[in-house]
Amino acid sequence: MATTEQGTSEGTDVTRRDFLYVASGAFAAVGAAAAAWPLIDQMNPSADVLALSSIEVDLSAIDVGQSVTVLWRGKPVFVRHRTPKEIEEARAVDLASLPDPQADEDRVQKPEWLIMVGVCTHLGCVPIGERGDYDGWFCPCHGSHYDTSGRIRKGPAPKNLEVPEYVFLNDTTVKIG
Amino acid sequence: MATSNYQPKNRFLRAFNEQLPILSLIHDSLGPGYRAPKNLNYWWNFGSLAGFCLIVQIVTGIVLVMHYTPHADLAFDSVEHIMRDVNYGWLLRYIHANGASMFFIVVYIHIFRGLFYGSYRSPRETLWFLGVIIYLLMMATGFMGYVLPWGQMSFWGATVITNLFSAVPLVGDEIVTFLWGGYSVDNPTLQRFFSLHYLLPFVILGMVILHIWALHIPGSNNPLGIDVQGPQDQVPFHPYYTAKDAFGLGLFLIFFAVFVFYFPNFLGHPDNYIEANPMVTPAHIVPEWYYLPFYAILRAIPDKLGGVVAMFAAILILFAMPWLDGSKARSSRFRPIYRTFLWLFVANAILLGYVGANSPDDFLHLGGVDISFLTLGRIATAYYFLFFLVIVPVVSRWEEPLPLPKSINEEVLKKAAKAAPAE
Ligand code: HEM
Ligand code: FES
Repeated sequence: MATTEQGTSEGTDVTRRDFLYVASGAFAAVGAAAAAWPLIDQMNPSADVLALSSIEVDLSAIDVGQSVTVLWRGKPVFVRHRTPKEIEEARAVDLASLPDPQADEDRVQKPEWLIMVGVCTHLGCVPIGERGDYDGWFCPCHGSHYDTSGRIRKGPAPKNLEVPEYVFLNDTTVKIG
Repeated sequence: MATSNYQPKNRFLRAFNEQLPILSLIHDSLGPGYRAPKNLNYWWNFGSLAGFCLIVQIVTGIVLVMHYTPHADLAFDSVEHIMRDVNYGWLLRYIHANGASMFFIVVYIHIFRGLFYGSYRSPRETLWFLGVIIYLLMMATGFMGYVLPWGQMSFWGATVITNLFSAVPLVGDEIVTFLWGGYSVDNPTLQRFFSLHYLLPFVILGMVILHIWALHIPGSNNPLGIDVQGPQDQVPFHPYYTAKDAFGLGLFLIFFAVFVFYFPNFLGHPDNYIEANPMVTPAHIVPEWYYLPFYAILRAIPDKLGGVVAMFAAILILFAMPWLDGSKARSSRFRPIYRTFLWLFVANAILLGYVGANSPDDFLHLGGVDISFLTLGRIATAYYFLFFLVIVPVVSRWEEPLPLPKSINEEVLKKAAKAAPAE
C-alpha cells in the first residue's frame, strides 16, 4: 500500500482507497456466497421428494396383536394394533425411570393404535418387533431395546421412536404425514 | 528438486523439452535425476505400490462406469449385469472391489513405515499432512464406492454412517437430510455418492502429486533416520529403485491375484449380494474391514456424540504426530523402548479391528474367562489414545536413543564388509 498512499503518512488514517477495497471485497464475498448457495442447496430434498410426503393406511385388515409396516418418505412406519396387555404395560411404567420420559398417552391418539417411524434413534436401523427385554422392539445393530410404547429403555439409542404426524380420517383409515 | 540440467539426446525432444520441460520433470522426479538414500529397505516399496493401486482403481473404475447404472432401481441389476454379461466384467469388478482392499493394506503399511522411521518429523511435516489428507479422502471414496452396488450392506452401511452426523448438536438432523437429499438413504443419495465416487479419486491423484512434490524437496527419509550428507550417501532412483519397486510390484501382484482369482468375495460381505431393502436391516451390520478399528472405537464409547467424536479424533490425531514425538532420533531402530510400544500399538489396532467385526454383546472365550467384546473394545480404545497422548510424548522425550551412526555411507559399507567374507 505504501505506493498508493496519498494523504498523511500516519497509518491510522483511513483513505478513500481503503474504503473502496473493503467495499468491493465485501461485495465480491456476498456475490460469491450467493453464487455458491444453489450449488449447496441442490443437495436438500427436491420438490418431488417433498411432494411424496403423505400416505393413507387401511386399518380394517389389522387385527389386535398384529402390525403392518408401511413405507413413508423412504422409511418404514410401524402401525401396531396393540393388545390390552401391551397398553397396560406401557402405561404402568414409572416415567422417572425412562431415559427419554414421555407418557404413553402423549404418544398415541387412540390407545389401541401405536403409529411410529420404525427407525432406531441411534444410527437408523430398523428395529424388530415383539422382541427385546420390554416386549416391544429390539434393534439388532447395536442392541437398543424399546417398550410397547416404542420408548427407549436400554441400549445406545438416545430417544424414543419418533411419532409422525397423522390423523384418523375415519374409524378405519389413517393418513400419515 | 535441483534445477535440471537434463538434455534429451534427440534434437526434437530437446526442442520440445525447452518449451515444456516435462521430460526434465520426469527425469528429475522418477528417473536418474532423483537421488535417494542408498539404504532404503523394502518398507519403502509401499509408496509406489500405493500409486499403482490408485491407477488400478481409476482405470477399472472408468470402465465399470461404462456398464454401471447409478439409480436405486437399476444399480443392483447393473452390477449383476457386469458380473454375468459384460465381457470380463467379473474380472474388472473383482479387481476394483479387491483393489480397494489392496490399496488400504498398502497404505496402512506405508503409514506404519512413516510411524516407525519418524518420517513425519521435520523437515517432512507437510509431506505427512498431505498423506493423512489422502488417507481421509480414501476413506470417503471407499465408503461411497461400497454404496454403489446397492446391496443390503451398501444401504445399511450408508444409513449407519450418515446417521453418525445426527449426533451433531442442534443441526444434526438437518445435516443428515442434507446428505441424503431426502428423508432416508434413497436414490438421491446413491446418485450424489456416485458423482463424488467418480470425482474424489482424481482429487486424490492431485494430492499424490503434491505429496511427491513435498517428498522431493527434503528427499526420502531412510531406515537410519539420519540426514543425507552428500552424494556418497545416495544412488540414482533409476535404475536402482525403479528395479527394486518393480520387483516388489511383482510380488504384490501375486498377492493381489490370489484374492481376485481364488477368493474374490473373501473380503466382502455375502449380504451385499441381496438387493437393498429399506424395510429390513440385516442382523449384523459391519463396515468394510479397513474401517473396523474405528467402528470399534465408535461403539466403545457409551455416548452417541462422544463415540462419533472419538472415532474422528482417532484418525485426526495422526496430524499431531510431528509435535507429539520429541525424540532426538527419528528412527525407532535406535529407540528400543518406544519401538516396543509402537509394535504394541500395531497389535492393538489389529485387536480393535477384530472387536469391530464382532457384536459388542458377544463374548470372547479366553481359556476359562469370558470377556465381552464391549470391554475388550474399551480397553483397546484406551490404549489407542494413551499411545498418542501419553506414551509418544513422554517416552520420546525421556528415552535416550542409542548412538546414531555418523553417515549412511559408513553404515552401508560396514554392513557390506560384514557380509563379504561369506563369498
Ligand atoms: C481411490 C480409488 C477408489 C477406491 C478406493 C474405490 C473403491 C470402490 C469400492 C470399495 C467399490 C465397491 C465394490 C463392490 O463391492 O462391488 C467401488 C465400486 C465402484 N467404483 Fe470405485 N473406487 C475408486 C475409484 C473409482 C473410480 C475412479 C471410478 C470411476 C471413474 C470408480 C467407479 C466405481 C463404480 C462404477 C463402482 C460400482 C461397481 C461395483 O460395485 O463394482 N471407482 N469402488
Ligand atoms: S442403530 Fe439401533 S442400536 Fe444402533
